[in-house]
Amino acid sequence: MDVLTVVIFLPLVAAGLLALPRIGDRGAVAVWIAAAAVDLLLTVVMWHGYRGGIGYETRARWIPALGAGYHVGVDGLSLPLVAMTALLFLACALYSARRTTRARPYAALFLGLQTVCTGLFAALDLLLFFVFFDLSIAGMYFVIAGWGHGDRYRSALRFFLYTFLGSLALLLGFIGLYLGGGGRTFDMVDLTREPPFAEASGTAGLVLLAVGIGLAIKTPTVPFHTWLPPAHTDAPAAGSAILAGVMLKMGVYGLARIAMPMLPGAWQRGAWVFVLVGVVGVLYGALVALAQENVKRLVAYTSVNHMGYVVLALGAAGLVAGDTHARQLAVSGAVVQMVSHGLVTGALFLLTGVLWDRAHDYDLGRFGGIAGVAPVLTGLTAVAAFASLGLPGLSGFIAEFQIFAGVVGTGVPGAAVAGAVSVLGILVTAALMLRMLHRAFLGAPGELTPLVSDVRPRELVAVAPLLVLSAVIGVAPHWLLAFVEPAAAALVSLVSR
Amino acid sequence: MSALPWLLPALPGLAGVALLVTGRGADRVAPVAAVAVTAVALVLAVLAALTRPAATTPLFAGLRAGLAVDGLSSVLVVTVCAVAAAILVFAAGDTGEVRRARARFFGLMLLFTAAMLVTVTATDLALLLAGWEVMGAMSYALIGFVWRDGSAVRSAEVAFVTTRAGDVGLYVAAGCALAGTGSLELAGLADGARPWRDLVAAGVVAAALGKSAQLPLSFWLSRAMVGPSPVSALLHSATMVAAGAYLLLRLRPLLAATGWAMHLVAWAGALTALLLGVVALAQRDLKQLLAASTCAQLGFMVMAAGVGALAGGAAHLVAHAAVKSLLFLCAGVWLAALGTRDLGKLRGAARRDRVVGVSFGVGALALGGVPPLSLWVTKESILTVAARWSPWLYAVALAAALLSAAYAAKAVAAVWASGDVRGWRRPGPLERLPLPVLALAAATFGLVGLPPVFDAWRRLLGADGEPGPGAGGLLLAGVLALAVTAAGLKWRVPWSLPGARDWLGLERAASFLVVRPVMALARSLARFDDRVIDGAVNGVGRAGTALARLLREKAEAGVDGLVRDVGTGTGELAVLARRPQTGLVHTYLAQAAVWLLLLAVVIALTGWTC
Repeated sequence: MDVLTVVIFLPLVAAGLLALPRIGDRGAVAVWIAAAAVDLLLTVVMWHGYRGGIGYETRARWIPALGAGYHVGVDGLSLPLVAMTALLFLACALYSARRTTRARPYAALFLGLQTVCTGLFAALDLLLFFVFFDLSIAGMYFVIAGWGHGDRYRSALRFFLYTFLGSLALLLGFIGLYLGGGGRTFDMVDLTREPPFAEASGTAGLVLLAVGIGLAIKTPTVPFHTWLPPAHTDAPAAGSAILAGVMLKMGVYGLARIAMPMLPGAWQRGAWVFVLVGVVGVLYGALVALAQENVKRLVAYTSVNHMGYVVLALGAAGLVAGDTHARQLAVSGAVVQMVSHGLVTGALFLLTGVLWDRAHDYDLGRFGGIAGVAPVLTGLTAVAAFASLGLPGLSGFIAEFQIFAGVVGTGVPGAAVAGAVSVLGILVTAALMLRMLHRAFLGAPGELTPLVSDVRPRELVAVAPLLVLSAVIGVAPHWLLAFVEPAAAALVSLVSR
Repeated sequence: MSALPWLLPALPGLAGVALLVTGRGADRVAPVAAVAVTAVALVLAVLAALTRPAATTPLFAGLRAGLAVDGLSSVLVVTVCAVAAAILVFAAGDTGEVRRARARFFGLMLLFTAAMLVTVTATDLALLLAGWEVMGAMSYALIGFVWRDGSAVRSAEVAFVTTRAGDVGLYVAAGCALAGTGSLELAGLADGARPWRDLVAAGVVAAALGKSAQLPLSFWLSRAMVGPSPVSALLHSATMVAAGAYLLLRLRPLLAATGWAMHLVAWAGALTALLLGVVALAQRDLKQLLAASTCAQLGFMVMAAGVGALAGGAAHLVAHAAVKSLLFLCAGVWLAALGTRDLGKLRGAARRDRVVGVSFGVGALALGGVPPLSLWVTKESILTVAARWSPWLYAVALAAALLSAAYAAKAVAAVWASGDVRGWRRPGPLERLPLPVLALAAATFGLVGLPPVFDAWRRLLGADGEPGPGAGGLLLAGVLALAVTAAGLKWRVPWSLPGARDWLGLERAASFLVVRPVMALARSLARFDDRVIDGAVNGVGRAGTALARLLREKAEAGVDGLVRDVGTGTGELAVLARRPQTGLVHTYLAQAAVWLLLLAVVIALTGWTC
């Protein structure tokens, strides 16, 4: 059996183990951590063994009547996301090691989600992709509804219905791709090789619209983002970390993996729409985040901002009049941004989880001066905040610098304006992150500050690696870019057809 | 290819990170470690200045990033390391403002220095921007060092966000450089295609003016004064504000290529020198006076970049770094000893400790351009070039120079006045040690203006053909500076102008024009998001539920009623149908007779019609 399939299904098998009656809550957590650790280890092995192109490819019969198969593999676009997924799930396992009620089903749910998320990034078949896409929604619904707080049922239901609506649009688009392709297949590699609707540009536009809306809801882009803040606010910390860190990437990853290479003509014609949606997302997300009083809502809206940069870069990649090298730079920045956002926002949500754990509140106005009672927590949050606002030396800068330089560098006047306007996003992000630090962590103590104690060891080992990796990418990105850049170049040439 | 360019910033950078990560545990060793690291960095910097190493590494696909030490960079790296070493020695002995959390303090100072070293040696926009922005973030952390003080944190935010507003220009410039030249190399920017070359210049100028606290973004430097004095000393001299002037000097060919940019820069610098000179003169707070004078002196350097006085601008940068770090350290001594920065309450402070007092006096007179001290010469080497450029520019700059004599005299007069300061804490040996050294540099760096020395200096900076300070100009400026200083010392005019004291209302203007509208926009967008966008989503949900209720109550009842009616109707029909089933033969016979009769009638009727 291929190592990639093992990486995908190992967590699910571990989840199955948890069904054994003898395993208690502590045993369940041990199995969870062990499975996540082994999965990460295997991912590292895959990273070292990867030799370009589609690696670790496996094809098996699944539903031959429909032309759908079990087809998985990784390339420079998906392998960084698979690795980031494995790391983030391990961080969540460590973070949740104690103080989780009903740990057995919780662990099983997260292990199942890990299989689903990894499988989605590795999927090379539209139907397989779709199955994982839908299962991720169902899994996260149970995490929020079962272990959330506040108005969790309502938030979970809204999350489920809204993103499920998106997945229906996506399914419609996939069926369109199936019908439009000559070979009547759901296979992504085949569909990429011979893009459907080469002749019928109108139909291709409609299919892109369906796929685009489906993925835009998942990403989420403005104006389809309003399921995100309540889902985050009421989800448990680990759930928020996975939702923001891994599941938001499914939307933009889908754009890069499916929409761009399979509908290149339509993407080129619609490129300006994506550029515009990206710029609006960047500014709107940052400005709305600036006005938030709830720290989790604040971080949730910065996700809208950060995903806006990705959409902007992918849109600019479709501007075939622009310089090819600059467009590759933008796409490379977009992929790094996906990884960087996973690490940094994952860390930020786990850190806000610490606040909830201690004080059961997210209101910025009721904290203050936390640095006095929890210096390590403050230090970690400060690093995460500066990573989020794109400080050089941390991963966000590597991503955003490439995106800005790439988008402006295309030399297309409209893109240069879009890039220049979106740079203002980093200014607003700086203001809002510093405001968050000031109100909660610095200055005079607030009413809830005495309740806050510093991070515990398990919280530290969960969060610190994410930030260390962000710094490693920020200082020496070459090991990551060596994977991403060829994939970005390939994607730009595919979308330029 | 050499490791030295990487090692130079990496050494203080890694040491800084190590101190920060270790935290309180390293508080005791932090001062010693930091001073030792800076000393080694100074040796490396001198070595780099002598060997001129260069190194590059692939950064992004097809784009290389590099560090190199050329003439201008060699001047900067040595200045940065020397000034940082002097300031850290002072801070190691400082038991006042940086008494606590010393690992954090020294760690941040080392990272700050490392970031400046990257900035001044970077050969491409990406690495330059990296050093540039990290320096801004470190200034945030250092200005807000006393984080319990909400107003200090607020000032740190103002400083970071304001300088980052300028930095946005560098991001855009990087993109435009890629579009115009296909690379991010600083050396190639001047040859870019239009209009990209002009956009690059605009972005660079915006970033540099913001970093150097030139008009209209000067106000952040006033805010930065709440940081501990060693921070002010470093931030105002060889790092942070100096980075803007450095970048403009470095990219002088780009400014010249566009034409308009060099005029803009020359005038922005000259006007800042003039107006912030007025602001400095109006201050009552010693640190605020020094801060405004920093903007004004940086104005001369910025003007130098505009008019093309590279050697003069670099010389002024070095001399000013020594002068200003010295003055801030002295101000720090008095702040720690007397708990005040108010010029009125500092009367006689200089008489309490002659080392501090004389050092401050030398520094302040140098700042005022009094002969034969350093800034007199370096400033004149800029003014000489400016005079050839435009008489108006020269006139503005000369007026600004006289203002500097006036505000310097104001400070000297205040601290050397006969007065009785209350409460005194004697500065420690480590605090006093760097002061005479810096004072010596502040006094003697003017030797650079001697013709043979200046010749070597401009060859070092690659500015062959640049005229040195002219004898006539030196005489004029010297005499005027002496006259103004003498007058200022004699009469001690408590010159005050309300508009100038609060820095021309620049911060209020920025708050009114930018900050408040943006916050209002953010709040209204947040409301819009909650009410309109989320409201629409909720509306769809509610509409769905309402439709379901409607269907249940109306349609469902109707359909169900129909079904029920069919059922009841059938039942009633069944009752009716049971009636004839009497079980009596004669009634069946009668029924059959009636049916037959009806049948016959029907047949008869249809038969006829057919």
